[in-house]
Amino acid sequence: MRHFAMVALLATLVLVLALPGVAQDVVELRMTWYTDGNEDEVMRDLLDRFEMEHSDIRVVMDNVSYQEGILGALPVQLAAGEGPDMARVTNLGGLAEYYLDLTPYLDDPDYWVESFGVGLGWLQLPGDSNISGLPTQLTVTGPFINRTLFEQAGVAVPSDSSDQVTWEEWAAAANEVAEILDIPFPMAMDRSGHRFAGPAISMGAQYFDDEGHPLIAGDEGFRAMAELFVNWHLDGTMPLEIWAANTGYAGANEEFGNSQVVFYMSGSWQIGQFSDQIGDAFDWAAVPNPCGPGGCTGLPGGAWVVAIGDTEHPEEVARVMEYLASEEIQEEFYARTLFIPGHQGLLSKGMEFETDLGQALGALDAFFASANALEQTAYDIQGYAFNFIVFNASRDRLTQAIVGELTLDEAIERIQEDVDEQLAERMGG
Amino acid sequence: MTTIDGNLQNEPQGLLARLSAALETGLAALFAGFMNALEILVRPVERRLGMERIGYFFVLPNLLIFGIFVLFPMLLNFYISFTSGTEIYPQDRSFVGVANYEFLFDCENVFEPNSCNEDLFWRGVFNTVFFVVVQVSGMVLVSLLTALVLNGKIPARGFFRSVFFYPVLLSPVVVALIWKWILQRDGVLNSLLIALGGERVQFLVNADWATLWVIVISIWALMGFYTLILLAGLQAIPAELYEAGQIDGTGRWQSFRFITMPLLMPTMFVVLVLSLIRAVQVFDQVYALTGGGPGTTTHFIVQYIFTVGFANVIPRYGLAAAASVLLGATLLVLTLMQLRAARSNESG
Amino acid sequence: MSAETVQASGNIFTRTRGRSSLHPTDLLSYLWLLFGTVVMFGPVIWVLMSSFKTQAALIEFPPQFLPYQQDSVQVKGHDEPLPLYNVTLEDGSVRQLAQVRRVGIEAQMVDPVSPEEIVRVNIRQREPVRSLRLALENYIDPLGRFNFLTYLRNSVTVTVMATLITLLINSMAGFALSKYEFRGRDGIFVLFIATLMIPISVILVPVFLVITSLNLYNNLWGVIIPGAATPTGVFLLRQYMLTIPDELLDSARIDGASEWRLYWQIVLPLARPALAVLAIFSVMWRWNDFLWPLIVLSRSDVFTLQVGLHSFAGELKIQWHYVLAMTVLTLLPITVVFAFLQRFITTGIATTGMK
Repeated sequence: MRHFAMVALLATLVLVLALPGVAQDVVELRMTWYTDGNEDEVMRDLLDRFEMEHSDIRVVMDNVSYQEGILGALPVQLAAGEGPDMARVTNLGGLAEYYLDLTPYLDDPDYWVESFGVGLGWLQLPGDSNISGLPTQLTVTGPFINRTLFEQAGVAVPSDSSDQVTWEEWAAAANEVAEILDIPFPMAMDRSGHRFAGPAISMGAQYFDDEGHPLIAGDEGFRAMAELFVNWHLDGTMPLEIWAANTGYAGANEEFGNSQVVFYMSGSWQIGQFSDQIGDAFDWAAVPNPCGPGGCTGLPGGAWVVAIGDTEHPEEVARVMEYLASEEIQEEFYARTLFIPGHQGLLSKGMEFETDLGQALGALDAFFASANALEQTAYDIQGYAFNFIVFNASRDRLTQAIVGELTLDEAIERIQEDVDEQLAERMGG
Repeated sequence: MTTIDGNLQNEPQGLLARLSAALETGLAALFAGFMNALEILVRPVERRLGMERIGYFFVLPNLLIFGIFVLFPMLLNFYISFTSGTEIYPQDRSFVGVANYEFLFDCENVFEPNSCNEDLFWRGVFNTVFFVVVQVSGMVLVSLLTALVLNGKIPARGFFRSVFFYPVLLSPVVVALIWKWILQRDGVLNSLLIALGGERVQFLVNADWATLWVIVISIWALMGFYTLILLAGLQAIPAELYEAGQIDGTGRWQSFRFITMPLLMPTMFVVLVLSLIRAVQVFDQVYALTGGGPGTTTHFIVQYIFTVGFANVIPRYGLAAAASVLLGATLLVLTLMQLRAARSNESG
Repeated sequence: MSAETVQASGNIFTRTRGRSSLHPTDLLSYLWLLFGTVVMFGPVIWVLMSSFKTQAALIEFPPQFLPYQQDSVQVKGHDEPLPLYNVTLEDGSVRQLAQVRRVGIEAQMVDPVSPEEIVRVNIRQREPVRSLRLALENYIDPLGRFNFLTYLRNSVTVTVMATLITLLINSMAGFALSKYEFRGRDGIFVLFIATLMIPISVILVPVFLVITSLNLYNNLWGVIIPGAATPTGVFLLRQYMLTIPDELLDSARIDGASEWRLYWQIVLPLARPALAVLAIFSVMWRWNDFLWPLIVLSRSDVFTLQVGLHSFAGELKIQWHYVLAMTVLTLLPITVVFAFLQRFITTGIATTGMK
């Protein structure tokens, strides 16, 4: 029995320690955040400075994991009316019904429209013109290559001599390099329907019918890219590890960092991480998006901080958001995180990033260029409120096609069904 | 050199030991005080209820929490399975009758998941059945073997018991993480294989390998617990029985067959029930390791329910609820069958 | 029946027969133990070692068992320390050089002693000079980045309170179901057993609704209470308490003991082994629990360690070096608890036996 008693005493101790802290008379705002690199530190730093100037507001950042926290728990919490005051999200349109319209609280709404432009629309429900948040990064999908491997293999980098390189040409070049140098993976792509969409649009995919309803079945462009893509997995051009053996998102950044991948389809957000992890161990570079009949496009995207409608302190939330949206704070945030700015002013005037790594600066330049070369369809799908459904269904069903559980045509049919069924649940309920 | 477990602890020596002994005595007094204080409260209840009904008092706290946090949500879930929509509050949802169930069973041929409307559900069902059968048999076999070894005359028994038990302490996510490091393309196992002159194997990409590893790892992670229970069962078998058998000249195998096994049966039953339950619930470890892949090779029924009802962008609560009701009903039938078997076992 | 204490002194299939000959089964059991130790413990050791590796060393192939880091030297004329390499020169000799920069497949290197002369070498001709060093920053950085002590306190609160409550109410229920006859008893037992099989992940949303309507959202009690009435615990304890002879209770009743006293002074002490098993399990479940706290808790001041640790998994990458280090850190407390309770299980099992 003595043992239980020991536990009992410990418990009492813990309870005493856990007594609630002192009450505060400042307004406390909660911001749910996730982080890919150092952006939580940078944001905290910026918020600290905000709190110094505004002693009546305190912003607490609640860091959670992306997969389970932001994608899993947050929507349920929002649906139950238990959300935070602000949150960093990527499913911009899907959660739009929970956002707060900041317009009445802002000093200068026009500044927001000018600065964040088309992106504000991604946060809106059809028909409204709310201002609900600000970007924490603009992302553009696009490929990285390991230039050092090309040099060592003596293979010319296709994009050096042409600005219209097709996907097939890249695949051939990457395969050649890999064969000469005995590199395991000529090409890799993140496991993500969002990553797949850029190439698909380049191959002519439309993604929508005339009424704006997602249409995958019968989309020739989508099928063309899907076929290339599945075949690349079957012939060893792409590693099965990334797409077949995972759920949800998976990246090939480790393999790329380890010089095991020649050509890696990912996006601008990798730059910060590559700077840390690869540094100048080899020459990594971003190249323009490969071309097809539909253009040479990647997909825009981004993570945004949004204000949540259930907040009890909309005024204070607006002040925090205004501070974060100001050009100088935006500039500092992007400079320190090495993200492509989602701020029009910064985009057009250019940025000084806090790095002197040549590879990183080169890649940032390349993605700036890619950001200006996006097709309209790419904007359309990014602006579509339920794009995540399309992305996830294409990701999961194409995986089944890769491992042979479904034929390509069955997979495409299933993508359409999955999308239709989930949309019906949403609309019909 | 044999360490004998269970002998009385040595007299406490040294300052530290005496301190901890004093602490424990103090805590024992605290515990007794706590229980005595509760007795003052309990006594009138006891008098009021009498012997026939005092059982209710003891079962009440557990039943209350169980009712609010397990039973009621399950009933709610049952209702939700007849509704559709993305609203989470039941009163906001539209009633659709058995549509969700019909949807799940909308198949040309149940045994061919591709012919079903909801193919992933059926893939989950068949994968789970296969997993349960193989994993539970493997689990029982391995833990029994280990318990027999640990029950034998071996040095450092306490140490080895801890070694086999340790993985039980790890969270499913950690287990997955550890094994991912080992099994991945550039993992430890592959570098070992290559060092030994073998070929690289894609353990998590090849469907057969992935299935095998998912089973092996789930046995790895939990066998310590069942070993412990079986070990306890083995130690409860009176030594005289074996001594008597020895006089009769029975061999090792015979005394195992005719003494150990029959007396171990009740313990085996507990192990079987518990391991079966855990096997049916298999999810988080596998989800973190393979994500249900490659493709849907290790996509189990709980993952299906979790994905459809929680992880998807537009969760389909009604459909997930219907699937979990079906799962629950199946499990209930299984449990009742097991209980009946146990009853006849106990009486027979 | 509480079985007579049996000392460990048997071979694999039977108890001792007093002979010391080495039976083949003995050999096999030693092999099994050896194999088991490697398989059960090896992976954990591997993770321990990996948690001390740098990000770069983590993605290396073939992986090293020990945490190596590349050496660097301070060279005159350079602000940052330069990485050291062993370079095979064209004449076949090997020199230790520091790398200034690398351009494509060519590395520009200097001798740390005479940094004026630049040596150009092919990058395949160089091997990093490495030595054993622990990347303690894997541990230190995250501890500075999040409120480790708060998370730890929350985790400890949840684990300890939940375990105490579980032990108390489960043992009471087990006692009632095994020692009393009352109407509906079997029904209640079957109900418990039936739900034993339903994992919480399939009824997440309904339970969440109950939590929010009881105002337990963002409250540690919302994590503690729902899992306290574990059917597994009731089942284990009930099965165990069935083996405690009723005569023991009857004779105490004759001496005038109350039912409550029978429960805590007779049955609980006798059920120690089963309680210890349940305690270990409860501690383990609660300490490792991730999904449920993540849904019930959204404010970082009530986060538990597991929820906090997972914040290192971002959208696009997982910071493995931190995840590994923090994993090791969460393993420490539970390992200590196990080391303590392990003794009680051992003693308990040997003195009372467990059916």
